[in-house]
Amino acid sequence: MSDAALIEARGLALAYGNGPAVVTGVEFELRAGQRLAMLGPNGGGKTTLLRALLGQLPPREGELVVRASCGSVPQTERSRLDYPVSALEVAAMGALSRQPWWRPPGRAGREQARAALNRVGLGDLADATFGELSGGQRQRVLIARALVQDARVLLMDEPFTGLDRPASERLEALIAELAGEGHAIVMATHDLEQARRWDSVLCVNGRQIAVGPPAAVLDVPVLEATYGGAIVELPDGSGRAVLPAHHHHH
Amino acid sequence: MFEPLTEPFMQRAIAEMTLLGLAGGALGCWIVLHELSYAAESLAHSLFPGLVIAAIAGLPLLLGATPAVILAALAIAVAARLPDVGRDVGIAVVVTTMFGLGVLLALSPDSPPGVEALLFGDILGPSDGDLIAAGALVVLLAVALPLLHGRLLATGFDPEAARALGVSPALAGAALLVLLAAATVVAVQGLGNLLVVAVFVGPAATARNLSDRVVPMIAISAAVAVFAGLAGLYLSYYAGTAGGASVALAIVAIYLLSLPLGRIRPSTRNFTTAEVYDH
Repeated sequence: MSDAALIEARGLALAYGNGPAVVTGVEFELRAGQRLAMLGPNGGGKTTLLRALLGQLPPREGELVVRASCGSVPQTERSRLDYPVSALEVAAMGALSRQPWWRPPGRAGREQARAALNRVGLGDLADATFGELSGGQRQRVLIARALVQDARVLLMDEPFTGLDRPASERLEALIAELAGEGHAIVMATHDLEQARRWDSVLCVNGRQIAVGPPAAVLDVPVLEATYGGAIVELPDGSGRAVLPAHHHHH
Repeated sequence: MFEPLTEPFMQRAIAEMTLLGLAGGALGCWIVLHELSYAAESLAHSLFPGLVIAAIAGLPLLLGATPAVILAALAIAVAARLPDVGRDVGIAVVVTTMFGLGVLLALSPDSPPGVEALLFGDILGPSDGDLIAAGALVVLLAVALPLLHGRLLATGFDPEAARALGVSPALAGAALLVLLAAATVVAVQGLGNLLVVAVFVGPAATARNLSDRVVPMIAISAAVAVFAGLAGLYLSYYAGTAGGASVALAIVAIYLLSLPLGRIRPSTRNFTTAEVYDH
C-alpha cells in the first residue's frame, strides 16, 4: 500500500437536497492504521459526514476523495432486536456488497463470516440470535460484517454508547488491533476522554472547528466552539464536562 | 378419514390448498418480517372491482384481478407520497375506494349471481386454470425467494445498513410486493377476497412464535399452512361449512395454539438477559 491517504476531504460542505448546509469547511486526511474521532453535538454534522464517506451524500462544495472501501458500523439500537437472525447471518450480510442479485448466497460468504466472527472474538457465539447478544457483542458482530465486506475503513457511529466499562475496553482494544492491522477507523463520539486516546480528532459543529492530534487540538476554546457551551472542570478532578449553551434557560 | 380423498372435488381442493399453502406460507414469512401484513390485506381487498368486472364480462378472474392489483399498487404509491397524507391513510383511502367500487359493481343489475364466491372464495371448486396458476406460483416463489433471501434478510433487519451494503431497500421491497401481488391474484380465487390474507399472515405468525431463524420459520410456516388448509377442508367436508372460512378458522386456531409455545421459547423470554454476560 502506498502512503496515499485513504480519505481526503478538502473544503467539504454537505447538505441534504436543497436544504441548508449541515456542515462546512471539512478538511482532513485519513491514512491506513489511523483512528479518527469525530466530536460534536447532536446535529453538528457527524452522522452526515459518515453518510458522505459511505457515498450516500455527494459533496455540495469541495472535494471528497475516498480511495478505500468503507464499511458502516451503525448503532445497534437501530437494528431490529426481535429479528430472527443469527450473529453469523448478520456478519454474512457483508458479502452482499459483491454478490450479484441473480446468485443465491454462497458458502464462501458464510465461511468469511465465521472467520470474521472469530477475528472479533465471537466465534463461539456465531449461532446465537443477534438480539440476544449484549450491546458490546452486537457491536462486534457489526464490525465482523464490515470485515466480511472487505472494508478498509470502518465508519462507526457512537459504538460505545450504552456499553459498560469491560465491554467498552474490549471494543476499544479490538479497534486498536484492527488499526494495527492497517484498517482506518472513523468514529463519531461524545466521549471526550476516549477521543484523547485516539490518533486524531475532528471537531465539528455545523462547520469544522479543528482537526489534528488530540493533545494539540482539544483545548478549552475548541471544545467551547464545538459544543457551543462552557467547559467546566469536574470537582472530583476526573476531567472536564461541557455545559450546554442552553443550560441556564430551564 | 380417507373418505374425502375418494371424492374428485376434494382431491382437486386438496391439491389447490396444498399449493396455496406452500406459496402463502413461504411468502408470508417475508410479509410478516417486513411488517407488510396490512399491505397484504389491502392488496387483496383492492382487486375486488377487477374480480367483479371479470365476472360480469365472463372472463377468467385472473384477467380482472391483475390490472386491478396494479392500479391499486400505483394508487397506494401515489397516495402515500401526498403531503400530509402518509402511508397508512393513503392505503386506507385507496382500499376503501377500490372495495367500495367493487361492491357497487357487484350489486348492479348486470352482476351475475354468486358474487359471494368472489368475497369468500371457492376452494372446493378450483378449475384446471386455478390449479395451473397455483402450481406456477409455487415454481415462481421457489426460484425467486432463494435468490432474494439475503437481500430480504438484510433490508428487513436494518434498511439503512442494507443500503450501505449496496442493497436497495426500495428494490427489495418492490420485489416483495410484486410477489405478494402475484400470490394474491392467484390465491384470491380459491380463498376469496376477504379471507386470502389469512394464508399469508396466520401461518407465518405461527412460525415466528416457534422459530428463531428465517429458514426454519419458512419451513414451519409452509407446513402449518398446508396442514391448516387440509384441516379446514376436512371441517368443511364433514360439517358442511364454507371451505375458505373453514381454512381461515383453522389457520387462526393453530396460531392461537402456538402462542403459549412462543412464550416458553428461550429467545422470547428476555433478549436483554445476555447484557450481563458480555465477554
